[in-house]
Amino acid sequence: MLTIKDLHAEIDGKDILKGINLEVHPGEVHAIMGPNGSGKSTLASAIVGRDYVAITQGQILYFREDLTALSPEERALKGIFLSFQYPVEIPGVSMVNFLRAAVNEQRKYKGEGPMSPSDFLKLMREKKKLVGIDSALTNRSVNEGFSGGEKKKNEIFQMAMLEPKLAILDETDSGLDIDALRTVANGVNALKKPDNATIVITHYQRLLNYIVPDYVHVLYKGKIIKSGGKELAYDLEEKGYDWLKEEYENSLNGSL
Amino acid sequence: MEKDQDKILKNVTENEYKYGFVSDIEMDSLPKGLNEEVIRQIWKLKQEPEWMLDFRLKAYRQWQKMEMPQWPHLQIPEIDYQDIIYYAAPKKKEGPASLDEVDPELIDTFNKLGIPLEEQERLAGVAVDAVIDSQSVKTTFQETLAELGIIFCSMSDAIRDYPDLVKKYLGSVVPYSDNYFAALNSAVFGDGSFAYIPKGVRCPMELSTYFRINLADTGQFERTLIVAEEDSYVSYLEGCTAPMRDENQLHAAIVEIIVMDDAEVKYSTVQNWYPGNKEGKGGIYNFVTKRGICKGNNSKLSWTQVETGSAITWKYPSTILKGDNAIAEFYSVALTNNYQQADTGTKMIHIGKNTRSTIVSKGISAGNSNNSYRGLVKVMKKAENARNYSQCDSLLIGDQCGAHTFPYLEVDNKSAVVEHEATTSKIGEDQIFYCNQRGISTEDAIGMIVNGYAREVLNQLPMEFAVEAQKLLQISLEGSVG
Repeated sequence: MLTIKDLHAEIDGKDILKGINLEVHPGEVHAIMGPNGSGKSTLASAIVGRDYVAITQGQILYFREDLTALSPEERALKGIFLSFQYPVEIPGVSMVNFLRAAVNEQRKYKGEGPMSPSDFLKLMREKKKLVGIDSALTNRSVNEGFSGGEKKKNEIFQMAMLEPKLAILDETDSGLDIDALRTVANGVNALKKPDNATIVITHYQRLLNYIVPDYVHVLYKGKIIKSGGKELAYDLEEKGYDWLKEEYENSLNGSL
Repeated sequence: MEKDQDKILKNVTENEYKYGFVSDIEMDSLPKGLNEEVIRQIWKLKQEPEWMLDFRLKAYRQWQKMEMPQWPHLQIPEIDYQDIIYYAAPKKKEGPASLDEVDPELIDTFNKLGIPLEEQERLAGVAVDAVIDSQSVKTTFQETLAELGIIFCSMSDAIRDYPDLVKKYLGSVVPYSDNYFAALNSAVFGDGSFAYIPKGVRCPMELSTYFRINLADTGQFERTLIVAEEDSYVSYLEGCTAPMRDENQLHAAIVEIIVMDDAEVKYSTVQNWYPGNKEGKGGIYNFVTKRGICKGNNSKLSWTQVETGSAITWKYPSTILKGDNAIAEFYSVALTNNYQQADTGTKMIHIGKNTRSTIVSKGISAGNSNNSYRGLVKVMKKAENARNYSQCDSLLIGDQCGAHTFPYLEVDNKSAVVEHEATTSKIGEDQIFYCNQRGISTEDAIGMIVNGYAREVLNQLPMEFAVEAQKLLQISLEGSVG
């Protein structure tokens, strides 16, 4: 579904991603871990098409189509969803109107007519239940006055409404207490299907106790320096990142 | 992104001002220029009583002594007042105009504007007075309203049929000497609307006036007078459009509102005069004096305006809170794009005890435009326990536009509580991207964000018009992002 080949990208002329390779198939959960500043969020931004990330080399293929030629909204309409690390507030725009616009855009893209208001409200009720979100949130303006935890839950709720093929969760666990973490994780697990995939970007292993990954990749200095199964996450939890960093630096020196 | 820009640009070039057409109507008009003789001719053409000539001439003589205001944050090109036609009206047959006698081209014009003059086709619950250039052509639902004692007619009819009422109130809130444009209007005004709601009557439908400038080189000077007697209620709406022309046209109107004990008036404006083209050529100069007085105790006046049109807007709908416990509100969305300029706001003059006023102003600037809020809150000596809350927000789109806030406070009573909040923000790239990531295009995202920003004000509009206003905001912003 997603094939990233030798991806190099820069922000403001500074190299951030230096040759990423990644293959994600339907039904898989991939965790991308790494210390701060390793390029995790930049990778997510490159996939969804933020314009400040300049791709200088390599490819991002999504169902064999080159993503970089598509606008952010086209990528979204093709089923790529980002759960933002810092969801923005849009004052005065109700969650209901916002999501209705998003859902109807998606339907239009598929050649379907807009959803009737009653069907839409029904769908909202179902999805709220599925992800265990408090119904009062959806009556408010988009993220306005939401707590950190509410914002993250709201992202997962939107994911439930839009049913993406590829969901990228960018530091969805940061700033969450254990209850909110559990709600978010349960939501994500409930949405898991054989034909969709999830990329979980996280600094800590904590979230991975709830969302169990099939693969774990460690990103460091713009490269994936280690990939493995879920055990890799436990190793990281126990030993930190330093042993990997060392191993990586040594390998570089050795190759000189 | 590149593709987006192309799409948006294409949209703009294709999406011109929707109401820019000219109608071919047989018109009676005076030659260009202004002098006492022209004023006498207007007076004669309108077959007004003697006192009106006196009123007009006094105003004209006052105007000659006055100068254009220099204080607005506007760049107003020199206006040649001798190069304007001051009276133009569709040719009229004798007798009261039933619809059969109205020029079909005129009916067609208003149909094109979405204002059908046939009552059965009108939006249910809205009575309309349609004014073209200097003349009212048709007022709907007059009979229905008359059953309740409500008078709703053109100003010309009012002067003829209810001279005592008009004489009593005309110029009582905005005297002809009030300002340069008020004096000019008082001297030459053509038509406009008159509404009178008798004691204890709640007007069952929205009253509305639709103003249309049609003929080239004409100025439009209309006059609206609303009197709400004790314990009455009315909601009033005005709308306006003009053809697209390279020359600027002048519009200088006066609105006066009188609100008695326990009465309430809600006045809403959706202003969509031709704003000029993308390079700032053409467009209407909109210099308007609107003022109401909450004369009675417990009276309430609420202004709501959505200002998207005009090349230059100079307008401060104001309220004098004279009665005790009077309430005044001002809700405004002013949007400027391309080379439009707006200097708009309100004045709240607190005279009575326990008077309360609320100001919510939302400026939106895009393109190369300049948008200023200017507002005065004045609390007089005897206004015990006066309260004012002002909130002035500016939203900037792009980096070539300007937003300015000029709040004035004059408080002469220590018990007053006056609050002012102001914010300036830009539509964030992050907000737009957030929408994009959910599949919403940049253009729709901006429309959504702006409408969200203006929601507090749009919520004040009557339902049917709120929807129109939302669309108007979105259309007016097309091409503001690139």
